Amino acid sequence: MAILPVERRPLTLSERSYLPQIARGLKTTLKHIFAPNETMEYPEVQPEIPPGYRGVPTLVTDPHGREKCVSCQLCEFVCPPKAIRITPGSVPEGSGREHIEKAPEEFKIDMLRCIYCGLCQEVCPEEAIFLQNQFSLNGLTREEMVHDKKRLYELGGSLPDRHFKWDKKKAAAEHGNAH
Amino acid sequence: MSQTAPSPDLVTVNIDGQEIAVPKGTNVIEAARKLAVDIPHYCYHEKLSVAGNCRMCLIEMGMPAVDPATKAPIIDEATGKQKVNWIPKPVIGCGTNVSPGMHIRTTTPMVKDARESVMEFLLINHPLDCPICDQAGECKLQEQATGYGRGYSRYIEPKNVKPKRTVLGPRVTLDDERCILCSRCIRFSREIAKDDVLGFTERGSYSTLTCFPGRELANNYSLNTVDICPVGALTSTDFRFKMRVWFLKQTNSICTESSVGANTVVWSREGTIYRITPRQNDAVNDTWMTDSGRMLYKEVQAENRLTRPLVRGVAVTADAALDAATELLRSAQPGTVAIVGSGRSSVEEQFLTRKLAEALGDKVGAPVSVVSRVGEGDGLLLSADRNPNLRGALITGLIEALPPTYAPLAALAAAIEAGEVKTVISVGEDLAEAGLSAEQLAKVSVIYLSTHANATSQAAAVVLPTLTVFEKSGSFVNQQFRIQKFAQAVPGPAGAADDLATLSALIAIAGGGRGGPVSDRNAVPNGRVETLWKALAAEVPAFANVTYQEIPDDGLLLDATPYASLPFVEGETLHHKPTTPISPLNERATTSTAA
Amino acid sequence: MIEFWLSLPPLLQATLKGLAVIAVIFPLAGAGSMAERKVSAWIQGRPGPNRAAIPWLVKIPFLGRALQRLGLFQLLADGLKFFFKEDPVPGHVNKFYFFLAPAVALIPALTTVVAVPFGAWLDGDTVVPIGLANVDLGLLAIFAVSSLGVYALILAGWASNSKYPFLGGVRASAQFISYELSMTISVLPVFLWVNSPGMRGSLSLARVVEFQSLPGFWGGAWFIFTMPVCALIFLIALFAETNRQPFDMPESEADLVGGFHTEYGAFKWAIFFVAEYAHMIVGSGIFTLLFLGGWNPLPWVSLADFSALIGIAGNPLVVGVVSIVIFLLKVLFLIFFFMWVRWTVPRFRYDQVMVLGWQKLLPLSIANLFFYLVVIALLQERL
Repeated sequence: MAILPVERRPLTLSERSYLPQIARGLKTTLKHIFAPNETMEYPEVQPEIPPGYRGVPTLVTDPHGREKCVSCQLCEFVCPPKAIRITPGSVPEGSGREHIEKAPEEFKIDMLRCIYCGLCQEVCPEEAIFLQNQFSLNGLTREEMVHDKKRLYELGGSLPDRHFKWDKKKAAAEHGNAH
Repeated sequence: MSQTAPSPDLVTVNIDGQEIAVPKGTNVIEAARKLAVDIPHYCYHEKLSVAGNCRMCLIEMGMPAVDPATKAPIIDEATGKQKVNWIPKPVIGCGTNVSPGMHIRTTTPMVKDARESVMEFLLINHPLDCPICDQAGECKLQEQATGYGRGYSRYIEPKNVKPKRTVLGPRVTLDDERCILCSRCIRFSREIAKDDVLGFTERGSYSTLTCFPGRELANNYSLNTVDICPVGALTSTDFRFKMRVWFLKQTNSICTESSVGANTVVWSREGTIYRITPRQNDAVNDTWMTDSGRMLYKEVQAENRLTRPLVRGVAVTADAALDAATELLRSAQPGTVAIVGSGRSSVEEQFLTRKLAEALGDKVGAPVSVVSRVGEGDGLLLSADRNPNLRGALITGLIEALPPTYAPLAALAAAIEAGEVKTVISVGEDLAEAGLSAEQLAKVSVIYLSTHANATSQAAAVVLPTLTVFEKSGSFVNQQFRIQKFAQAVPGPAGAADDLATLSALIAIAGGGRGGPVSDRNAVPNGRVETLWKALAAEVPAFANVTYQEIPDDGLLLDATPYASLPFVEGETLHHKPTTPISPLNERATTSTAA
Repeated sequence: MIEFWLSLPPLLQATLKGLAVIAVIFPLAGAGSMAERKVSAWIQGRPGPNRAAIPWLVKIPFLGRALQRLGLFQLLADGLKFFFKEDPVPGHVNKFYFFLAPAVALIPALTTVVAVPFGAWLDGDTVVPIGLANVDLGLLAIFAVSSLGVYALILAGWASNSKYPFLGGVRASAQFISYELSMTISVLPVFLWVNSPGMRGSLSLARVVEFQSLPGFWGGAWFIFTMPVCALIFLIALFAETNRQPFDMPESEADLVGGFHTEYGAFKWAIFFVAEYAHMIVGSGIFTLLFLGGWNPLPWVSLADFSALIGIAGNPLVVGVVSIVIFLLKVLFLIFFFMWVRWTVPRFRYDQVMVLGWQKLLPLSIANLFFYLVVIALLQERL
């Protein structure tokens, strides 16, 4: 590839005066004055949350409203700012869910620490923690900004489940050995 | 390495092309370990008999080819070396002992294939409940499925269903589905704990680990089965679902249950201890420890833990408590102060106790008693002497003779009754429990360094809260005269001061001063221990050439001969025969054969 | 009413006029700042300030909401803020001059208004301009006083005793001096035309408007048509003199943080702001008078004709109001034009400003002056 020197075309007088260019510029800006606004007038207008958005981390229940978290503490482990604190506990016998054995006694996410990275959601083997659509969060005290288990479930609600892993486990246990 | 074996009881083998000389009778797994070649295994455990039932350690083995007729080596034309006849099928590494010229291959496709297949079989019925399994993070099955597994499952049939929460004993819960039938726990119970209660029932995939009818896994070593279980089948009821192991910080410590001095690891997170497990020391406890020793951590957060200094039962500041102690010691007539030292104190604390005694007395020093604790030894890892550091008291010169095994404080009680002793300084010993009556305690002013509240702390004039073994660093001398270090695992509670600092303050008071600034009392003990060891090395003959840093993790054997004539109460335990005191020379031979 | 006004003592008249100026220019400057924000927003596709609200005023149906959307309450909020916010004085400044600078900025800005006639009423057939003072010096007085404004910037820059304000002050002095030359020369043809030989000479701006309301094709034509180059040079110089983009060298946020007013805050800063807008308003007024026919509604349509056309000629007060409205509309358009240009033309580099001022505009204005000298001389001979 040879380099071809191209002579710069000499500017005409009108170009050198810049006045036509400025006039064209004025035309463009004038057009924008009458163009509709780009601004989204939050909070009256709420933004459309794209799929995969990483909002406030929440705990979700399965479609039957049952706790999914088994307090494996992987999220606590992976959390880069160490915002998650879990107190593991066991599921009491006779609760109908003792086949799951383990459930969080307390689950706290310090939203002053959380960086919304979504690693907790990514690491969760039970699909129990999700960063959902809520993006606006505030509180009046530091304590308020530490979400406890109750608040996390309130924020999370129910999400569809494709596996019902523990139901299958229970059914298998009731059915007994296959052979 | 040369082809010729350097000594007759060494055997040269070739593992993955590397040659190594190992003692006769070594199996392939151990030989490979010396070359840092990892042969995965589940059922094999170096302290247990070989069962060879997990098949994970399959390797390829070959012997040098010899002409059957002439016994002459057959030389491979291509390489010029002796040909190797490879066995066409893999063999297990744990059950194969080395023989001269043996060739081992662990990286061939056949071995890889064999491992993959074994992993696949093991995982067929293993539940995928790692998220709730306490073993996750220290699970051999997890590690080796990652390292040697296929990576995906071809098995679509329903998995086996077995009981999930079988209570095997008071401290052990079994999740049968997770069991891979390696039989380590059975062999441990039979061979080490000598309490043969476990066994498999049923056949094939119905095989289940159970206790024999009417028995339970209740011996004092039952939790070792949890340790050696390669999967999460056997779980500690105490630790179950409490914390994931990857959060836990491991700190080397020494069990204070008895003079065996079992090496332990304290697992803690953010100042809370979650469990204690044994640490391998082939000269002391192999890889085992007692169940009772594992529960000692509960004293750290006990209800009756002392966190405020007390003067006559009233909580005061550390300064005020030291002032009260100063007042007591200053007003005491010379010769009326007695000291009760402890076989539970560390070597360093005992040394400072001795210094305190010297500082208090006019010429001869204040009288020192040490409380003996004698129980029944179990011949394994619980010795009769329940003081972890009685020998430390002898070596540091705190006491010259063994304390009486019965009524250890009788002499002190008599002195109190006679009015000869008006003030007693107790370094961590509960005087009421050790035999002083309430009346006797009422007759004297007690300065009590204690971790927990008890009858003595209620009666004491001044109570100075101190630290438990988990909250400080130091060393113990066990029954073998082996000095072993323990490190601080968790910080002490606010308000409790380090024993060494408190003792130093008391020494300063006894010497006429007021002691260093009280803020020093909470100084990190690590640095203090090492500083103190300069004085220890200078004043204690046995430590003349020892520095704290140089004591290895598995302890340093001290010369026991000066104390050979003393009637120690310990009976025989693992690696300790009291009748023939172990000297540093023949000790190594003992350990190597035991291993 | 006029008699009553004239019967007042001159000192009181002057005081009242002065107060009137402050009362008009201050809100106008404030409205200018508001307009600036709104126009900027519209050009950038934003709604601009539209949130501030006065509790029950905003409840007035339609109007309240419309005012809120227009950001009018924001103006009040900003004004209040400037009154009440902390007014820090950095420790390193020269206090006396630091305090003096805003006052120096405001005084010429407000004083120049006096000489600007902003409307006219008809006394019979004669058009009488409305202004605070119809001085014969006219434009010369305005130029003289408004050029004092640069001292405020230099003073502020120097008194702040820190790097950026100092650079801003230095730039201000150089820029203002450079463009004052071309500005003054560019208006000379207008006055050559107005003051033809043989007539009494005057620099009165009202007289310039009078000339643009003469009958006939040449008489009714605004000077922007007959002297476009003059108008262009004057406009460019006006941008530079009012410190507006693309000539805002003294302030240039991008490279000088805030230029001469970096160290200023709260009300003192607001005074600089008002002064700048006052300059803009006065400058726009002068441009309107010189080149856009003043209070004449359209080219070739004088105020007198227009009043006759819509039938208000008999009512001098109405004519006066109409003329003021016409004048103000032109001024407002020019202010809008200032803002429009601000978001169209990027800021010049400092050397470009100097090149444009000295090497382009000055020769051009001198050439232009000679051209009109010749043209007017030739025309004069013919007439």
